[in-house]
Order: sequence, then C-alpha cells, then structure tokens
Amino acid sequence: MNKKYDVIIIGGGVTGCFIARELSRYDLNIALVEKEPDVCTGTSKANTALIHAGFNADSNKLKGRLNVRGNKLYHERVQHELDVPIEWLGAMVVAEDEADIPKLEAILANGQKNDVPDLEIVKGDRLYELEPHLSEDAVAALYAPTAGIVNPFELTVALANNAARNGVDVFLEAEVEDIEDKGDHKLVKTVKGEMEAGLVINAAGLYADKIANMVGIDKFKITPRRGEYYLYDKKMELNLQKTIFPVPTEVSKGIVVTPTDERNVLIGPNAEEIDNVENKSTTRKGLDKVMEGANKTVPGLSKKGIIREFVGLRPAIKETGDFLIEASDEVSGFINVAGIQSPGLASSPAIAEMVVGIVKEELGDLNEKSDFDPNYQGPPKFRHMTHAEQAKLVEENPDYGQIICRCETVTKGEILDIIREPVGARTVNAVKRRARPGAGRCQGGFCEPKVVSILAEELGIEENEVCLESAKSKLLKEKTKAPLLKEVAK
Amino acid sequence: MNNQNYELVVVGGGPAGLAAAQEAYDQGIRDILIIERDFELGGILQQCIHNGFGLHYFGEELTGPEYAHQFIKNIRERGIDIKLDTMVLEVTPDKKVFAINSDEGMIEIDAGAVILAMGCRERTREAIDIPGSRPAGVYSAGTAQRYINMEQWIPGEKVVILGSGDIGLIMARRMHLEGAEVEAVLELLPFSGGLTRNIVQCLEDFDIPLRMQQTVVEIKGQDRLESVVVAEVDDNFKPIKGTEYEIECDTLLLSVGLIPENELSEEAGVEMSSITGGPIVNEGRETNIEGIFACGNVLHVHDLVDWVTEESLIAGKTAADYLKGGIAKRSKAIDVNPGENVGYIVPHKITNKVDDRKLVNLYMRAKQPMADVKINLYAGDKKLLDKKARRVEPGEMITFPVPEKMISSNDISSLKVDIVKEEK
Repeated sequence: MNKKYDVIIIGGGVTGCFIARELSRYDLNIALVEKEPDVCTGTSKANTALIHAGFNADSNKLKGRLNVRGNKLYHERVQHELDVPIEWLGAMVVAEDEADIPKLEAILANGQKNDVPDLEIVKGDRLYELEPHLSEDAVAALYAPTAGIVNPFELTVALANNAARNGVDVFLEAEVEDIEDKGDHKLVKTVKGEMEAGLVINAAGLYADKIANMVGIDKFKITPRRGEYYLYDKKMELNLQKTIFPVPTEVSKGIVVTPTDERNVLIGPNAEEIDNVENKSTTRKGLDKVMEGANKTVPGLSKKGIIREFVGLRPAIKETGDFLIEASDEVSGFINVAGIQSPGLASSPAIAEMVVGIVKEELGDLNEKSDFDPNYQGPPKFRHMTHAEQAKLVEENPDYGQIICRCETVTKGEILDIIREPVGARTVNAVKRRARPGAGRCQGGFCEPKVVSILAEELGIEENEVCLESAKSKLLKEKTKAPLLKEVAK
Repeated sequence: MNNQNYELVVVGGGPAGLAAAQEAYDQGIRDILIIERDFELGGILQQCIHNGFGLHYFGEELTGPEYAHQFIKNIRERGIDIKLDTMVLEVTPDKKVFAINSDEGMIEIDAGAVILAMGCRERTREAIDIPGSRPAGVYSAGTAQRYINMEQWIPGEKVVILGSGDIGLIMARRMHLEGAEVEAVLELLPFSGGLTRNIVQCLEDFDIPLRMQQTVVEIKGQDRLESVVVAEVDDNFKPIKGTEYEIECDTLLLSVGLIPENELSEEAGVEMSSITGGPIVNEGRETNIEGIFACGNVLHVHDLVDWVTEESLIAGKTAADYLKGGIAKRSKAIDVNPGENVGYIVPHKITNKVDDRKLVNLYMRAKQPMADVKINLYAGDKKLLDKKARRVEPGEMITFPVPEKMISSNDISSLKVDIVKEEK
C-alpha cells in the first residue's frame, strides 16, 4: 500500500469511481478505497438503471441542477468515451385520470425550469405510438426523449478501470476503520493498512455518515430507503419501448416499468425508510406492491417469467432530501459527497465535475496530465455478435469458443478478460456484473460451478475460498469426505 | 466459418441424445453427429451416482454413470461422431446448426434431420418467488449435486431442502452421507412428487423428516445463509399466518421442479406446449418442423431415465425413417387429449402410417394422486379400452399402450384419456 496520496476517495460506487476517474485527468496521486471485494456493490448495483431526464427533481435543489447537467454529460461525453451500454429510449409519465393532467403540466413546468430539453405532453394515438403496451386507461403522458437507460455495473466498472489505467490506486476489501485528522493531512486507517492524504473525499454511500463521524462531522444522517424490484426473463414477449412512470404522488415517484440494456423488463421500486443499512431483504408486502403498481401503467404483468428479485438501498439525507456535496467547513481537507439517492446515477458525471471544482478550490489549480486517456474499451460481447463476428473472435482466441453460460451466451474468454482487468472480478457476483454469467433464466444453476473454478484458478485460490459477494459469503465448505474423515480420526 | 454436413445432428449427449443416435444408426443412418456441451457424454446421469437406474430397460439396477456408460460404449462402437465441449448456438428452421468450440471455432452444419435432446434445467428461487436476503448458500439441488459428485466440494453443513421431488430426496440422502445435518425436507403439496421408493430409501431410512404442506417464506442471512422461515400452507398454497417457524441452516437446496430447455427449439420455430414446456410432437416425436425431432426431458420432464431411453429410441427410429425417404401419413391426424385427472399426454397427436406397428404408447401424468383407478381411452364418445391401476401418482409416469388396430381406422380424429375412481 503506497502510503502517501494527494487524494483518498472512500467508496467504490458510481459516485466514488466517477470522481476518481475525473480526478485522474490531473497530476495527482489518488487512492480509492472500497470495503467490499468489488466496486459497485452498494446502491450503485441495485437501482432502476436510469439516466433521468431531470423533470422531477426540485430546481431549487442540487439534485435538480446536477441531474440535467449529468444527463447532458452522458450525451456529450460519457457515451462516447466509455464502452458502456447507454440508450436514449425516452421516458413517459403516464396519467390515467383526466384529473392528473394538471400534475403532468406541473412536472412539465418544473422540467422546463430545470432546462430539460424537448419535453412535451402527448395524448391520444401518439401515446400508443410511443409505447404500445400502455394501459388502455392512459389519457396523457409527459414525454421526455432525453431520458435514457444505462448498465450501472458496466458503467461503474468502466470508470474504476479507466481510473486505474490513468494511475489511480484502487484498494478493494479495504474497509476504513478510522480517520485521524493530523492537521495538514488525514491518516486513513483501513483493514489493509494505513494511508495518508491532504484531502479525503467521502463517497461512502450508505456509510457516508459513519465515515464523516470519524472526523467529527455529525451534521447529516443517512436514512436508507429500501426499494424492491422484480426482473423478468428477456425471453418474455413484452417489447417495451420506453421507461414508464406513473404520475407521482405525495409519497412516491411510483413504480417504474422499464427495459434494461439487455432487454429484460425491470419493475420497481417501492420506497420504505428502514433503519438498518445492511438490510437488503425483499419482503412479500413490498414485492406485491411493486407488482400491483407496475400493472397500473403496463397491465398484464404477472409473476410468470420473473428471474430475479432484489433490493436497492438509497442513501437519503431525509432532513434535506437533497445531495450534500461540499468541502466541510468544520474539518479542512474533507469533502462530503453524501445523500446521493435518486437521481444519483443520472447525476454522477455532474457530481464528479462539481467535486473536481471543489478539489481545485482546496488544492489550487491542477495540472492536466498529457497522457490521460478518457477512453475505456470493455471486453467483446460475444452474445451481441453475428455468427461471422463470433467465428472471427474464436479464431483469434480459442477461449471465446467455450461457452460457460448458456442462458446469456457468455464465453470463457470474456470471463478471463474481466478477471484480468486492472479492477478485475474476484467474486461470482463481480463476474456476473461484468460479463453476465448467471444473469439469465437459470440464475447460475449450470454455470456457477464453472465460474467458481475459473475464479479459483485465475486467483490462485481454492474453490472454497471463492465468494459470492462479500468476503464472508463463501460458497463451498470443504472437500467431500473431509467431515467423515475427521469423524473417523476422532 | 467451418462448414460441415451431417445426415443427422443430435443436440445433446445425455441419455436422450445417446439413445436416439444409437437407434438412428441401427436403423441404417451412418452419418450422425452428437453435440454435447459438457466435457463428456452422459449428461446429468454422470452426476447421479446413486443407483436405481435401468430396472425397466436393462432389468438391473445401475448407477447413473453406469447407465450412461452402456450407451456411450454403444455410440463408440458404432463410430458415431461426437463433439464435446461444444455449444449449439442456433438451429434454423431449414436445419442449419451453428455450434462453437475452442478447437474448431464456429461450425455451420447442414443437417438432414435434427434431434433436439437438450434436457431440462431447474426452477430457481425466483421462479417460486421466495422473499428475503440474497446470501451464499441457496442452491438448486442439481447444482449442489454437481458440486458434491463432480467437483467434490460440500456446499454446506446444515441443510434444509425445499421440494420432495426425486432430486430433493436424493440430495437429502447425499448431504446426510457426506456428514451434513439435513434438518428437514419441505413439500408445498399434500403429496410428494418423488418416487415412493425414494421417500423410503432416502428419507425414512435415515430419519430425515418430510413435512408436507409447508414452504419457505423468507430467506435470512447477511453473507451466508443463516436461517429460513417456514410456514404451513393452505389448500391454495398460501402461507397460513401464525404458523411460521425458523430453522437455522447454512444451506437451502431447492428441488422445485424442472423446466425443459427449449430456447433453441423456440428460435427454430418449433411449436410448444404450454403444459409440458416442450415441443408439440407426433408419435414419432417429430415437431411441427419436418425433420426436427425432440425426445427426453426437453420434450417433457421424465421421472425415470428408462422412459427417456424408450422415447428416444422412437425419435431415433423416426428420424432414420425420415432420412431414408420419408414417412407415410394417415389421411387424418388423431389429436390426443388429456381428460379428467390427466395433466398431459405425449405424443400430442398421431399422424403417421406405419405398416408393421403393433401399438402406440401414450405417456401421461396424473394431476392428483388417486387409488384404485380406471384409466379409460375414448375415441370421441366411444370407449375403446380401459386399464386398472392400484394407484396413480403425479410423480410416476403412466404408460398406456394403444393397439394399432384400434386406431387404424381413418374415422378416428381424436383420442381422450381420463383417470377415474374405479366403481366397485
């Protein structure tokens, strides 16, 4: 562990990784520390995967400003620089009652105030031209063509790898246990050892208040807001064109129905405040609410074809309902980037841009590196290729001829590629996030043992040291016969 | 692209594909290729190291690998071509097969006929919608079986098994024999979907409790599974409030049903049955696409491999007949329909005219267990035949032989089978 850095970023979610990547443009010594064995394991991995247009967020809040700016940066830069699935499908907020039309108009006005481009209210046949699967009860919709979908796993991983290639040291399984303020620098004590930096950026998501507390900041509290989701088999015959929202109520934005980048249908989330940041359990009640809500805008959805249910926790600062992005006025050299709930994913490029500005204020003007490379190219995606392209790929490398996951058509070559990247996969879920084995209808029934054995071989560990997600989530206990031999020995 | 030609391509080298290929060879077809995705032939039989296979077909009790070996030996002796570690990516309606492996790369095969024998996959936690956390330690029973019997790793120490189908029962015993504590086998239904002999030999002989009409309603655990919450269910399978109790365990095995793996079939345009999850076939196991056949668990989920073999021999023979110059058709097809207490019948229709045929076997499953029954076969309203049975179980497939002479008349356009209580 290189002990001295200019900047230490705590948290390997999309926010932390984006900040790391943006700061890696400059002549700075940067470390990113993450407590889990992979980046993208908290809020960033379990959300609706949307690049919101920005019509919802309050224009008086940071959220309102940064969402629209973030969306613009995705359009102008991110989608060109990073090899990550981003598509501009557009979103519709659908009213099913004439009485809700004024609410649509209010959202339209708010969106226009936020400078969201090309918003319009659509009615009649145009509704079904845009999205044929809408409920017959739809009377009008606010249509936002600049809304998009993104693969948040690939985005976060791309950012982490791009940052690493541009010189950022990424430390995984390096949970921060304490931070000591040493005046001109901070000593960050992780389970992997100590490191110091003049500037610490707290992007710890659900744990941001805990990290802030370590330097004596207690001005904000993170309240986890639980959202539950169902994900459908991509084989389901529902060829959704748009991201569909209901008209929001006082309490909630409502249940979204959206295609993902791989054309699974995703429905959710509900919203429930909970007190335990570790509680990622779905509930019967919550899931039923999700199903009921989704059916209001897109009727006919049932439990048939569901391949996954999951929970996302949004790290909200309840008291302000806004992001908190600032250099602390209590502790010098400490920047909080907290409360990044929805629309955090959409805002993340703008959050990073804003944080770079704050860093410049803290450290003075930064020198741009001449060799900074903003581009990231991920491994090939066999499943999206024509047979001729696939044939060519296998000729170049026979590992692409070995299919590990049949449901998603993932090759051994792709799995080896993503394990061997700078911020490579080390767990079964990390492999799944990057290359998709186990993300299909059999949920790893056939491929999981193969992925476990590839990981063990590549990492030089035993199969029973391979984890599902966290460092304690080991999949296998011991060799067969071992318990019996122990008994015999007794 | 590597272009090849075969008269017959068999997709899948498990028991279905092996028997079908063997029979096609024995019927005179020489240019046959079996494509298998795993590193060896035999399919799931290779991880079924318990005995109980082959009592019907071989007249002796074999283990899974032994059963497979009989056919693998036969395939080798016949010199039938095999591609291992090879995945079929696509079968087109005009019988082009795209497959890939590391040695040959992408292979495009022009096939005269195709036999689909891809088997099935297991239903998952999501398919039965169990809420809770997502820790390590939740496996489908077949995956756990692969870990133990093929990879030689024990997945856990304290086990709950949901589902008393055969794989669940077999895995209860297997985990027990590996030193794990099997806390309970839970079954949603009031009856087990497994073979009676497995309930006795896998649970009763080892004092493993089988709890009927109970299911897992929540999964708990942060990193590794810590416990499951179990509840009793009512007759509509809804959990009954107040009956919940918790079982500490580090492993949950799910044996909650099998689904035929028909992605290739569907993309090829094969017409599917929503009840079996497999293709709709005639008595020769030919699908709606001429020259594309299906057999084994890809067609419908079997309880005994012996029946898979029997069915696959039929598919192999018909594929050979097709390749040798076509199959004569009846002037009118017979639709075969399930009646009272019959879940489904395979074949779905009888369309072929075969001169030397003595009988056509109908394979069916009862919906509900029933004792002292009569199985009746009707042509329209007219009863053709009946057969008594002491007991029918949904878990045990019923074979009903129909003499050819009874259906040879072209007047018959539909058959129906029902299972009713025998009147005494």
